[in-house]
This record gives sequence, structure tokens and C-alpha cells, in this order.
Amino acid sequence: MEDLWAVVLFGLKIWLFLIISLIMVPAMFGFSLGISETYMTLLVRTLEWATLNIQKAKADEQTLKTSVTNGLIQRGAGSMEKELGELRRSRPKPPVGGDFTLSDCFYFSRKGIESIVEDEVTQRFSSEELVSWNLLTRTNDFQFISLKLTLVYGLGIFVRYCILAPLRITLAIIGLTWLVIGTSAVGFLPNSSIKYWLSEWVHVMCYRICARGLSAAIRYHNRENKPKKGGICVANHTSPIDIVILCNDGCYAMVGQVHGGLMGIVQRAMVRSCPHVWFERAEMKDRHLVTKRLKDHVSDKTKLPILIFPEGTCVNNTSVMMFKKGSFEIGATIYPVAIKYDPKFGDAFWNSSKYSMVSYLLRMMTSWALVCNVWYLPAMHQQEGEDAVQFANRVKSAIAHQGGLVDLQWDGGLKRARVKETFREQQQKKYSSMVVGDESSNSD
Amino acid sequence: MGSNKSTIQYIPDVKELIEETGFSAAHIQRLFERFDLLDRDQMGTLRVEDFEAIPELAMNPIGDRIIGAFFSSGKETVDFPTFVRVLAHFQPTDSNRTKNSSQEPYNSPNRKLQFAFQLYDQDRDGKISRAELLQVLQEMLGMQVTDEQLQSIAERAIQEADLDGDDAISFDEFKKSLEKVDIDQKMRIGFLS
Repeated sequence: MEDLWAVVLFGLKIWLFLIISLIMVPAMFGFSLGISETYMTLLVRTLEWATLNIQKAKADEQTLKTSVTNGLIQRGAGSMEKELGELRRSRPKPPVGGDFTLSDCFYFSRKGIESIVEDEVTQRFSSEELVSWNLLTRTNDFQFISLKLTLVYGLGIFVRYCILAPLRITLAIIGLTWLVIGTSAVGFLPNSSIKYWLSEWVHVMCYRICARGLSAAIRYHNRENKPKKGGICVANHTSPIDIVILCNDGCYAMVGQVHGGLMGIVQRAMVRSCPHVWFERAEMKDRHLVTKRLKDHVSDKTKLPILIFPEGTCVNNTSVMMFKKGSFEIGATIYPVAIKYDPKFGDAFWNSSKYSMVSYLLRMMTSWALVCNVWYLPAMHQQEGEDAVQFANRVKSAIAHQGGLVDLQWDGGLKRARVKETFREQQQKKYSSMVVGDESSNSD
Repeated sequence: MGSNKSTIQYIPDVKELIEETGFSAAHIQRLFERFDLLDRDQMGTLRVEDFEAIPELAMNPIGDRIIGAFFSSGKETVDFPTFVRVLAHFQPTDSNRTKNSSQEPYNSPNRKLQFAFQLYDQDRDGKISRAELLQVLQEMLGMQVTDEQLQSIAERAIQEADLDGDDAISFDEFKKSLEKVDIDQKMRIGFLS
């Protein structure tokens, strides 16, 4: 028994030594040994080979799959006025009793049924569909194509669960522990430029380790537009990992609610080395307080740019949903950032109603890799005569355009909450102006 | 997506459904995926809340009635075949591929009219009473009109359509008043093939 233990311990020591030297040290100092690059090239080749194989075998069934990316239906293009107007063409407008026909319900029922079959919003709260299989059963069901493919798939499972996952979990734990220790240590120093520099270095280093812990391959574009101090960095939100992605390339001040437990420890440690903006639960409801604290932070030019996700919730990275106007009312410079994940290597979307944080992280660690592109967009300011909502929409469009995402006006909060009554009232108003429009202006 | 069991082999009686409704296998597959997406508690059936979660439907003035069309005779859940059968009403009439000629297809102009009639005739007595008409007008117009205006709109609509003077609109009277409307064109959804 002792021999067995000795062997196991020895194995563990070698394992840790390898990790530290091959992965952590390069991560800490920002250079690369080329291991991950080799892995990625190998992975890309394997997936391409798999795709080709599947396509060859399923040439006749291809029609079923290509329709996945297109819609199921072509929606009626007419506006309410046009369509209802057509229904009224068959008879003259009655002088009294409003302009209502029994066929009006045709228009509304058609629109209703169209939205049941396909709508813009509900599809954004579930993972993106892939046209071809990427050898993960979580994306598409297992399809038996050939023995070779099944073998590769089996090998993939072994590699992902037995080799990659433990490696990644170790790295993540090391990264987080180091973050807590490092930031607390830096917190003891007196405020000076050395402290800021060290703090930034510790933060970036830990995030780099975490990124390696997810096999993240990130490409940053337009780095000359990187957010500067005293501004607010705004990005689309797909998962909590967005923070790791962005912080790999710079230091940001976080905004958020104070949590208990592990998160709380991390939060308290981080705030010792450089100022973040953490709110108590009760404070979050007070909008003036929130705005004031953000304003204070931003006006101090020595403080790091604030990182905010204005959508307020995670969306599936095919679209950008409504930006909440809070961060756009502060009057600071906005630095928009677009993040787009490549779904071939693993689905990064956190479906918080389906998975808890822990099971989500485990899924991330057993995916192939995390590949994403980050675009830094040029800074934007609120213009004359533009209110916060318009400004927010302008920034949102820029981000959607850059990332190749659909620009939606819908509120991400619809994931959990119902649509507001006001929307239905708007529809009623529009309809009533067609039915009784003239009458109400006469009766006054 | 990526949920398991969203392939066509797991749908019971698929062949019959295809024959009955005129949807292609590909359409049934897509509709099943949609059904699965809407099914929040993953019980294999849809409830009223699942429909109400669709924002565009929730803001439709007669959204609740459209939802009601899926839940017939007091049932509380909708299974997939029922779901597809209701949607089949909105197929274009000329796309009728059903081989089953003994039963009237779902997308015939008559069936479409029946669907619309039942949106008004909630108690299913075969007539749209004045009260029922007032109710639907209330839903479609909300707070935007006065009670007086509602009454006069309902009055005129009944006068126009009611031919046998019983102060209600029967299905035949409903059909007659809409004879100039292209039913098929108005009550169809462009399913892409």
C-alpha cells in the first residue's frame, strides 16, 4: 500500500511540476510555448475531417439540415394598416359605428400563429444550433456515420474527460487561489505607482491562468481602441467567462453585487489591491446611488475603466438585446467591445435556467476549447440632443454590426419576466385608430 | 438546441400526422424542435404559460384567444399532434398533399373560417352573440375607446351581418359576410419548403 501511495504522490508531483512549468509560467509572463497552438491546429483538422465525413455520408439528408439556418416560415411583410386596409376594400366605409370588420381577426390570428411557429426572442435564450456536428453530444445527438468517426468520438471523450478536464480544473483552482493570495498581498502595500503596476500584473496573470484553464484561444482586434482609464467599457454578454476573456488583455474595474461564499472571498480580495465597485443587494435598487458611485469612480482618472454588460443577462451570442440605459446616463466615454464565440469548439452560452454555475463551468472544461474574437470599437460619446436610450441603441448597433450579431430591440429580461402590458396597449392603440380614429377626433 | 430526442424518430405516429396535415417530414421535424423549445418544463406537452412566454404573442390583442384555440374542451395541456393540427389550418389551400380524402383537410377555406369563427364564438354554441362580440371588441381595443363607441361598433357589425334577425351571427351569416375576402390568402403562413 505504501508503495502505491508513494507512486501516486510522485506522479502528482510530476503532474504539478509539468503544469507549472509548461503552462503557468508562460501564462504569467505572457509568452507561449506553442503547445496550445498545436492542440488547436490538430483540433481544427479533426473537426474538418469529421464534417467532411458526415457530409459525404448524409448527402441526401442535407436538405433537412441546411434549413436549420434559415427560418421555417416567411413572415407576412405588411403593416397593420396595409393588411387591415385590404380587408376593408371590399365594402365602403360606414358613416357610423366605426370601421370594424369581422375579418379583422384574420390579421391578428395570423400574426399570433406566426409568432408561435417562430419568433425573434425565445430562440435567443437557448444555445445556437450547429449545421454540422462537432463531435460533442451536447450540441447534436450522436449520429452513427462510420466506425472511424465513432472511434474518433470515443477518443475525444477520453481526451476531454480524462486528460483535459483534470488539467483545466487544476489550473482554474490555481488561478483563483493565486488571485486571492496575490491581490491580498498587494493590498498591504501603500498606494503608489508600484502598487498599481503590481496589482494589474497580478490580475492579468491570474486571468491568463484561468484562460488556459479553459483552453481559450482569443483573438483581439483593433487594440488601439482599448478602453482607457476614466471610461466605461461596454460589451455583449454571453456568459460569466466574458470577464476572463476581456481581462486577459487589460485591467478593468468590476461592477456587481456582493456575494457570499467563495465569490465573496474573491471579491473582497480583489478590492484590496485596486478599487472595484461592489454593491450591497439593497443598494442596487437605488438607481441614484448606483449612478453616483459609478460617476465618482469614473471621474477619478487614476481608476481603471469600469466593465459593464448593459444587457443585464446572458444571451446566446447570436444577437444583442436591449441595452439598459443606466450606464449611458453617466456622461463618461463609452468604449464598446464586441465578443463573438465560435460555436464549433464548444458552446459558451450560460443558460442559467438550465444549468447552475458549477455544472456550466464543468461543461466548459469538458468542451474542446473556447475560441472567440474580441473587437475593440472606437470610443463613443453621447451627442447633443441624444438621450440615453438613443445613445444606448447606437452603441448596441455598432457592437452588433461588428460582431455579426442580430440587433434586437427586445429586453433580455424577457428570459424570465413577461412582456409589459404597455406593448399590448400599443397594439390596441394602433388598431383603434384604424377602427374609430376619425370618430374620436370629431367627438372632441 | 441540442436537446436529446428532438429527432423525428421519437415522434409517435409521424406518418399519420404527415398524411393528415399535409406538412412535409422536414416541417414536422422543425415544428417538433420548436415545440420542444417552447416546452419549458420538458414534460412533452405545452401549457398556457409556455405560450404566454412568447413576447410577440403576449402583446397580440387577441393573444389569449389564439392560445385558447389550442386547448380544446377543457384540456390543460397541448400535445404535439394537437399542436401540429391547429397549425395545419394555416397551410395554403393549394398545398394540399393529403391523400386522406374522406376527411376535410385542415387548410380548406371552410376550416379556416371555422377557426376564425371560433375565436369569436367562445361558448361554442354556433352563434356569435352580441355579448361575445362586445367582449372581443373590448379585448382588441382595450382602453382606447369608450363604452358608447364599443356599443355602436357592435351594433353596426351585427346589423350588417345578421340576416335572420336573431341578434346574433351564425356561422353561415359569418361566411356570407366574408364572401368577398380571400380567406386562403389572409389566413395562411408562408412555410418555407
